[in-house]
Amino acid sequence: MTRYVAGRIVQAVGVLWAAFTVTFGILYLLPSDPLQLQLAAAGIQEDSLSPAALAAAKHRFGLDQSVWEQYRHRLFGALHGDFGRSLTQGEPVRTLIGDRIGQTLLLSLCAAVVSLVAGTALAGLATFVRWRPLHVFLTRLPALGASFPQFFVALFAIQLFSFDLGVLPATGTQGFRSLVMPVLTISLLTSSVLAQVLIKSFDETLRQPYIQTARAKGLSRSAVHVKHALKNAALPAMTILGVVIGLTVTSSIIVETVFTRNGIGQLAQQSVLSQDVPVVLAVVTIAAAVFVVVNLVVDLLYPLLDPRITHVRSGRLRPPTPEVAAT
Amino acid sequence: MSVQERLLSGPDPAVLDPEGEPSEVEVDDRALGPRRSRTRVALAQLLRRPVFLLAALYVLFVVVSAIWPGAFSGYGPYDPDTHHVLVGPSRRHPFGTDNYGRDLWTRTLYGSTLTIKATVLALAIAVTAGLTLGVFAGFFGGIVDAALMRAVDVLLAIPGLLLALSVVTALGYGTVPVALAVGIAIVPGFARTTRAEVLRVKTLPYVEAARAGGASWGRVLLRHVLPNSWGPVAVLAVLDGGVAIIAIASLSFLGFGAAPPAAEWGTLIAGGRNYLVTAWWFSLLPGLFVALLVLSLNHISKTFQELRR
Repeated sequence: MTRYVAGRIVQAVGVLWAAFTVTFGILYLLPSDPLQLQLAAAGIQEDSLSPAALAAAKHRFGLDQSVWEQYRHRLFGALHGDFGRSLTQGEPVRTLIGDRIGQTLLLSLCAAVVSLVAGTALAGLATFVRWRPLHVFLTRLPALGASFPQFFVALFAIQLFSFDLGVLPATGTQGFRSLVMPVLTISLLTSSVLAQVLIKSFDETLRQPYIQTARAKGLSRSAVHVKHALKNAALPAMTILGVVIGLTVTSSIIVETVFTRNGIGQLAQQSVLSQDVPVVLAVVTIAAAVFVVVNLVVDLLYPLLDPRITHVRSGRLRPPTPEVAAT
Repeated sequence: MSVQERLLSGPDPAVLDPEGEPSEVEVDDRALGPRRSRTRVALAQLLRRPVFLLAALYVLFVVVSAIWPGAFSGYGPYDPDTHHVLVGPSRRHPFGTDNYGRDLWTRTLYGSTLTIKATVLALAIAVTAGLTLGVFAGFFGGIVDAALMRAVDVLLAIPGLLLALSVVTALGYGTVPVALAVGIAIVPGFARTTRAEVLRVKTLPYVEAARAGGASWGRVLLRHVLPNSWGPVAVLAVLDGGVAIIAIASLSFLGFGAAPPAAEWGTLIAGGRNYLVTAWWFSLLPGLFVALLVLSLNHISKTFQELRR
């Protein structure tokens, strides 16, 4: 067990390091002139600088070092939580992110909780209802929810709730009411993804013999559904928790831009627009870290929740039920 | 591979099609007869689904309008009509007009050209890279497989949209960089699916028979393994077509796509944001147009998956 845990942690750290390296590679090695990029970001024409000034600028951005030096510098900085300075906003990346991360975390957490509740409720209902038309409708509903682009949902919500009905503020971060539309926009997508997996998992679980036994003993359908099927059906779905959390984080880029909320997502959008490389690197690294940590926690908790799981020698988990494909 | 990564790898062919297809196992050139009738049966099945037909017709319409946008509208995408600025939907302007009096229906159709081009490019990149990676990993196994799949794991750990954003940061804006970025971001799924399929096909008797018959590895790979493993990849391509359209439209909505006068879907919809109070049709009707396309693609790929079962 200890060996499995240690192995899994090492693997998570490895994946995170590799993710950082890939992002660094994309940002620093793709065919673009980093100096010109960064001078343009700072609003300076390259030709207007004398050779000496050019060299000074190179030094200031750390471009006189080899890529390898820059990479080492960035990596060790990142390990200490130091992502350098923003090229356009003149502040350390750490401050920029620190000021905004609370907003985004609040948004992501609310969206995750709402989508867990809504996704589970929808999946439970869809598999419980026996009246054919309603059953088909509820089963197809998640595919519908996942098809709408988030910017469309957000704009539609603003039009409906802010301008037509006038019940919710269209923009801003003030108060609980400003959180409602962003959270609902994100959870429409994430709860749909979750519900799709849960419905398949419910179908699988309801075919198990122990469900028949419970029914044969005289338990009502609803009791079997809630007390017996739900727990086992929820287990495989737990494994996509990482994906769901990851989706809430990436969704915040679009949602925060549309609702003008001052969070990490909006920072990411602005940084890409101004080609602020250090900020982009930091945001991507943090998002990858969130994803990796959530997956690690789920993987470590899984055997505790489901004792049937076995750790094979290779250190991989074996799911107890047939695989459920997330489509 | 941890549990959730397996779940992420998309529709598992082993689940969709546990027994394999008997008529394909006998394979080779003489099996063409029964195969053709199977196609006919599948077609008949499809025609009996009205929603599928509607979805297919809509996708067809969008593709045709992307090739000849002028065929469905009497206006040009940049023709200003100063007497009809921000006019709501009417018979003359089904989607209304924008702040310069340009016809939004026309601009949406011309937007198809750019966005569909970008989607096709993104899918081409993803399918080519994914097939190559998946076939190499699945066919050679061992160290090659382990190394390639670890690389795919890493790409999966970076959320797709953020991976795309880093590529756009490095390459700059425009339709082509956005298409490239989205293509790269969806490669891992294709690599996974192809690998799983190749692993399944490579143990089937006809591959062994071909090898025993003296065919080289390269020939077996190209003539037997590849043609028989691309089914699930095609289904994934339709499904990811929807994903790619959303991603491309989202990136151009955020301002990374083609510059404003051009009518890309995302840019078009973003342009209407400031007029939401007075002209709801400006953003919402083109948005609905995009949403319906994604919905149709999702429905088509779902139907294919059900039929393969």
